[in-house]
Amino acid sequence: MRHIISLLMENEAGALSRVAGLFSARGYNIESLTVAPTEDPTLSRMTIVTSGSDAVIEQINKQLNKLIDVAAVMDLSEGEHLERELMLVKVRGQGSACEELKHVAQSFQGRVIDESNSTCTIELTDTCARLDEFLQAIDPGMILETVRTGASGIGRGERILKL
Amino acid sequence: MELTGAEIAIRCLQEEGVEYIFGYPGGAVLHIYDALFQQDKVKHILVRHEQAAVHAADGYARSSEKVGVALVTSGPGITNAVTGIATAYMDSIPLVVISGQVPSYAIGEDAFQEVDAVGITRPCVKHNFLIKDVKDIAPTIKKAFYLAKSGRPGPVLVDIPKDISNQKTSFVYPDSVSIRSYNPIGKGDSTQIKRAAQMLLEAKRPMIYAGGGVVLSGASTQLTELVHMLGAPCTNTLMGLGGFPANDKQFVGMPGMHGTYEACMAMQYCDVLIAVGARFDDRVIGNVEHFAQVPRKIIHIDIDPSSIAKRVKVDVPVVGELKPVLEQLLNELRSSKQKSNVSDLAAWWKQVDEWRVKGGGLRYKNSTEIIKPQYVIEKFYEITGGDAFVTSDVGQHQMWAAQYYKFNKPRRWINSGGLGTMGFGLPAAMGVQLINPGATVACVTGEGSIQMNIQELSTCKQFHLPIKVLSLNNRYLGMVRQWQEFFHGNRYSESYMDALPDFVKLAEAYGHVGMRIDNPADVEPALKEAFARKNELVFMDFRTDPTENVFPMVPGGKGLSEVILSEDL
Repeated sequence: MRHIISLLMENEAGALSRVAGLFSARGYNIESLTVAPTEDPTLSRMTIVTSGSDAVIEQINKQLNKLIDVAAVMDLSEGEHLERELMLVKVRGQGSACEELKHVAQSFQGRVIDESNSTCTIELTDTCARLDEFLQAIDPGMILETVRTGASGIGRGERILKL
Repeated sequence: MELTGAEIAIRCLQEEGVEYIFGYPGGAVLHIYDALFQQDKVKHILVRHEQAAVHAADGYARSSEKVGVALVTSGPGITNAVTGIATAYMDSIPLVVISGQVPSYAIGEDAFQEVDAVGITRPCVKHNFLIKDVKDIAPTIKKAFYLAKSGRPGPVLVDIPKDISNQKTSFVYPDSVSIRSYNPIGKGDSTQIKRAAQMLLEAKRPMIYAGGGVVLSGASTQLTELVHMLGAPCTNTLMGLGGFPANDKQFVGMPGMHGTYEACMAMQYCDVLIAVGARFDDRVIGNVEHFAQVPRKIIHIDIDPSSIAKRVKVDVPVVGELKPVLEQLLNELRSSKQKSNVSDLAAWWKQVDEWRVKGGGLRYKNSTEIIKPQYVIEKFYEITGGDAFVTSDVGQHQMWAAQYYKFNKPRRWINSGGLGTMGFGLPAAMGVQLINPGATVACVTGEGSIQMNIQELSTCKQFHLPIKVLSLNNRYLGMVRQWQEFFHGNRYSESYMDALPDFVKLAEAYGHVGMRIDNPADVEPALKEAFARKNELVFMDFRTDPTENVFPMVPGGKGLSEVILSEDL
C-alpha cells in the first residue's frame, strides 16, 4: 500500500544520504522524496512516498526514527492529510492544438509559464494522481519533457508535525 | 590558553576517563599522535593492522562497561577499520573511532589516502561526524561518547581533517550533552508491563529467551531473579551467554542453529515466550514461517523499537532499557496476587526434561587416538574453573566454545555473533587483557581464523599480554567443510587449509611460547602447563579430528523443531 511519510531532521550535511542510504540498504521502495529547509533553518522537512506491507511500513517508520538526525516522523497516510506535487510540462504545439491544450490545463488549474513559437510550458500543482490524469488527458505525442517534484504532504487541521 | 585540535581531541579522551586507545599512525593523524606523545594519561596500544585496533577496542568494551576507542589514519586506515566497526555495530558495542582525514581543503580532490570515511561507514555506525571546524571537536567527541553508550549502544565515528587537527582554539569540554533528535527511552510503559506480567502468570508453558541486551545493559541480576520467580526454563543466545548462569538448573542451554535440543523445542512449543534483549535473528529461530506456525504469545522487551516486530509478530512490545524494565516487571510480579500454576509448570518441566533426555545433552564420542575439539574445551573449562575471559573467532571452534564452556557470569564470553568476523578473537583478547590485568584471558580459535590477524602476536609481545591461544587445528575451514559435507555432496571446495605454518615456530618467532599437542592424553597436561605460565603468551596448536561436526544443528532454512542430533551416537 502507498504511504506518504513526513519527517523533520537536522539540516546537516549528510542527513539526506542517511535517509536515502537506509532505504537502499534495507530494500525499501522510494517512489519520491522531497526535502527542503523549514522556517527554522536548522531543520529540514522531508516527504517520502513509499509502498509496502504494514510490517514493512512499520519498520520504515521505526528505522527512520532510529536515525540520530531525524527529529520527528509522521505517517501522513494514517490520518487526514493533503498532498501536492508540482509538475512542469513542456509541449510542442502551435495554433489550435496549443489553444486546446491551454484549455485542458485551465480545467486542471494549470497555467502557462512560458511560450515560444513552437513550445508551451505549463505549470500544475495537484495531487500525484491528478497530475497523472492531466498527462493522460493530453496528446502524449506533444510532450517534450515533464518535470515532477514528488509529493509534499501536510496533515489536515490540527495534525501538525513540529518540534 | 588555546590548544590545537589534536590536543583537544586527546584532552577530550582524558576527560572521558579513557585509559587505553588502540591505533595505528599515518599521515592524516600525525598531529593527533604528536599530542598523544606529549601526555601520559591516555595510553596507546600500537596494533599491527587497523582491523585489530577496532577489535581490541571492542574486546575492551565488551569485557568492561566502558566505551572502546580506536584511532586510525585516513584512506586505508579507515577502510581497514571498517570490518571492526561493522562487527561492533552488529553486536551493539559502544565504540568511538577517531579517523584522520585529508586536509579539509583537499577533500573531494582524490587526495593521497583520501576516502569518504563518513560515507563508507554510514551503514555500519550508530552515527558519524565529519569535523569542519576546530571549535566542533570537543562538543562532537562529547556527543560521540554519549551516543556510543546510551540507548542501544554502537560504534560512532569522528573523522577529523588534518588541517583542523592543527588549528587552535580554546578548550572547553561540555559538562552535558543534549541532542533534540535523540532521546533514548529508559523505563518501559507500565500498562504494557502489567499486561506482560499477567500473561506470564497465566502461562502454562512459559519460556525466557535472553540475548546480548542483558549483558550490555548489566541486567543479569534482574534476569536471574525473573527466571527464578517465574520458575520457567531460560535460554541464552550466543550473545547472551553468561547473562543467566549456565550452571543454574533452569538453564536449558543455547537456542538456535547449534543450540540444545531442549532449548530449540522449548522455544518452539512454549505458550508464552518472553524475549529479553534478543532479536529473533535467523540463527536463533531458523525459518520464520515455521516458527510462526505454532501458536504462542510473545512478549518482547528491547531498547530498540525497530528490533520489535521485525521478524516475528509480537503480542506485548515493551520498549525500554532492560534493567529498569525488568525491575518494573519484577515489582509487578511481586505485587500480583495471582501466582503461576504449579501443576502446569511441573507438567511443562516434565516435557522439557523429556526433551533433555531425547536430545541426550551436548555430547560427542571421545577418542584415545585423536583429539576431539569438544574435549579440549571441556578440559579448558575444568582447568580454568569456568572463570576465564574467553574470546573466540568464528566457525566450529566458536560453537564448541559456546556449548562446552559454561559461562556463569556476563562479559566473560567475547565473540563476533552478528557479523561473524574471522580474525576477531586475538585482537579482542588484547583489549580484554588490558582492561582486566591479571585475569585469565584465552582465545579459542582455529587455524583458519587465527591467520586472519596473526600479526597481533607482535602487539601482544610489545605490551606483555599473556593471552592463552587455544587453536583447534583441524586443517579445514571446519564450518565450511561441515556445510559442504551436509549440503554440497562432500565437495570440499577450497575449505582445506594447505601449507599451514609451523605454529610453534611462528609463536616462538614472535617471542612467545608455542606448543603442539597431537595426542588426547597430552591435552590436559598441556593446558595445565600453559595456564600455569601466568606471564607468557602460550600458543597451543591442538591437532584435532578433521571430520568432527558441530551438533545439534538446525540446518539453514529449517525450523527449530527440525533440529538434527549427532548422527553417530
